Order: sequence, then structure tokens, then C-alpha cells
Amino acid sequence: MARQGGRATDPRKVSQELFTLTYGALVAQLIKDYEQDDEVNKQLDKIGFLFFACRGYNIGVRLIEDFLARSGIGRCNDFRETADVIAKNGFRMFLGITPQVTNWSAAGDEFSLIMDANPLADFVELPDDHNQLNYSNILCGVIRGALESVQMAVDVRFVQDILKGDNQTEIRVKFIKRLEDALPAGEE
Amino acid sequence: MTIYNMYIFDRNGTCLFYQEWQRNKNSGMPQEEEFKLMYGLIFSIKSFISRMSPVDFYSNSKDGFTSFNTNYYKLHFFETPSGLKFVLNTSLNVDSLRDSLQYIYNSIYVEYVVKNPLCSLNSAIKSEIFKEKIDTYIRGLPAF
Repeated sequence: MARQGGRATDPRKVSQELFTLTYGALVAQLIKDYEQDDEVNKQLDKIGFLFFACRGYNIGVRLIEDFLARSGIGRCNDFRETADVIAKNGFRMFLGITPQVTNWSAAGDEFSLIMDANPLADFVELPDDHNQLNYSNILCGVIRGALESVQMAVDVRFVQDILKGDNQTEIRVKFIKRLEDALPAGEE
Repeated sequence: MTIYNMYIFDRNGTCLFYQEWQRNKNSGMPQEEEFKLMYGLIFSIKSFISRMSPVDFYSNSKDGFTSFNTNYYKLHFFETPSGLKFVLNTSLNVDSLRDSLQYIYNSIYVEYVVKNPLCSLNSAIKSEIFKEKIDTYIRGLPAF
């Protein structure tokens, strides 16, 4: 039941290198299939999010359940709390890093996650002909999918990426609206 | 003590799972209708409770509606922040089963449905192992 013990001893854990390389293989395959960087960015976002039309494995909406079950965290009271939970609990639990939450908009509906290290891109150098690629764009889909599951519609995008020569990696998260519970069939 | 039956709904009102252990009387309607009615009831109770509340409880506590009693049975309710709803009917002499419902979510639903890539999250759960785990767990409860 409980997940205890170190990474090395738990047979259900895989090494970080394997994970990072697997992700790399996924991105490389998408580049082969879609050719255009923009299209690859879109696909990565989609895989991270939930894709209602197909019954694929959708990471964000599944990770959030695992996250809620393991962390025991309930509903957040405001968007600031949500931002903290994403950075300090979510990223910590699944990627082992804690991005900084900063650059709040005046209205409090938009913030940035700044990552010093990005485990997904450990071994990566972008070739010149892929300078539009958001290599880790899957993270956007994951955050979007996870937050939608807890009834928050958000817009998530990469604004800076060390891989593209920026000084830091920055993901921007913007709150759009709260989603309401589905009404029972036949009621207004 | 007796556990009668259980429903699990997703946040769109789809019944993901239903099982009965002891049910002597049926609602006399097609199962689909019954699911809709149950979801409708839960939905209405929740909105009624938050609207009528004399204190602003949603801002300082996660739980609104937890259970109700009739003179014959008790309905237990548990909802996750992701909107998954668990409903369990038992006899009256059963204490709160929220911890058990939380356990079903944490250790059965997440483990055997969420982490199973072949299980869809928005239609009825077909996984046999999930059904088996639920059955074993419910039968092992002191309240059963």
C-alpha cells in the first residue's frame, strides 16, 4: 500500500535516466511523424492533457488522481494556494524538483513557474532546425489536465526555455474560469 | 450490520461502477434511470446544503454532505476534489465509512483504474481485478 523505501529498492520505480530517455524517444518520434515544431508542441500538450475523443492514456487527468490520493490535499481556497501546491507538492512528487512560483499578475490570475533544472531535458540539446520546439511541452498539458480535473480551466505555455538559449525555463499559467459540476441529465 | 450496495460516479454524472451485496427490494425502474436519479439526488443535496448553510463552510472545510439516515438505511457519501463521487448504502447501525471510501479511492480506484492505461476514466469500469478488489474489501469490513 504505502510507498516506502528508496527508489533503488522499490521494484515499481524506474531509474530517472530511463524515464528521461523514454521521454526523449517520444519527442523524437513525434518530430518524425509531424515534422513541424508547432505541430509537435501541440501533440505533446495533448498527450499531457486529456483527449476525450480517444481512450488514450492521458497523463494529467490520471496524475491528479494519484496526486490527490497520495498527498491527501483537499480543495484549494484560492489560485495562490493552487500555485504553491503545484510547485511544492506536484512537481516535487513527480519530477523531484520544486520550481519557484513568481511573476504574479496584478489581478492574481497568472503566475510563472521557474525551473532551474528540468529532468525531462537532462541530455538534450536542440538542433538549430528545431528552434521552435518546446521540448517539454507535455508539462503544459499535464498541468492543464490536472487542474481541469479539479474544476479549473487554465491556459499553460512555455515562455522561456534553457534549451532555446534563455537564462531559465519558465512556464506561464493563466487562470481562465472555474468549471461547475455537471448538471444531472434533464435539469437546467 | 449490513452493507447493501455501492455506486461510483464520475464528475459528469456517469455511473462508473455499481454493485449490490444485499438488496431485497428493487427500485422498480431500469438501472440507467436509477443511476440518473441517484446522481440527481446527490447533486441536489449538495447544492441545497451549500445554499442553505448558515456558515460559509466550503471555504474552510472540504466536506459538505457526508451522509443521511432514513428509518431503514443510511447513505454514506464521499467526494474527491476531482469530483469522483462514492455512494454506499448500509444499515443504520453502521458508523461513518468515509475512511473506507477514502481507502477505496486511494488504494483501489487509483491503483487499479487510474494506473491501468486500458481503463477509460469516463465510462463504466470493466476491469475484473477492480471489481474483485472492491468486493473483497467490502466483505472484509467489520460493517459487512
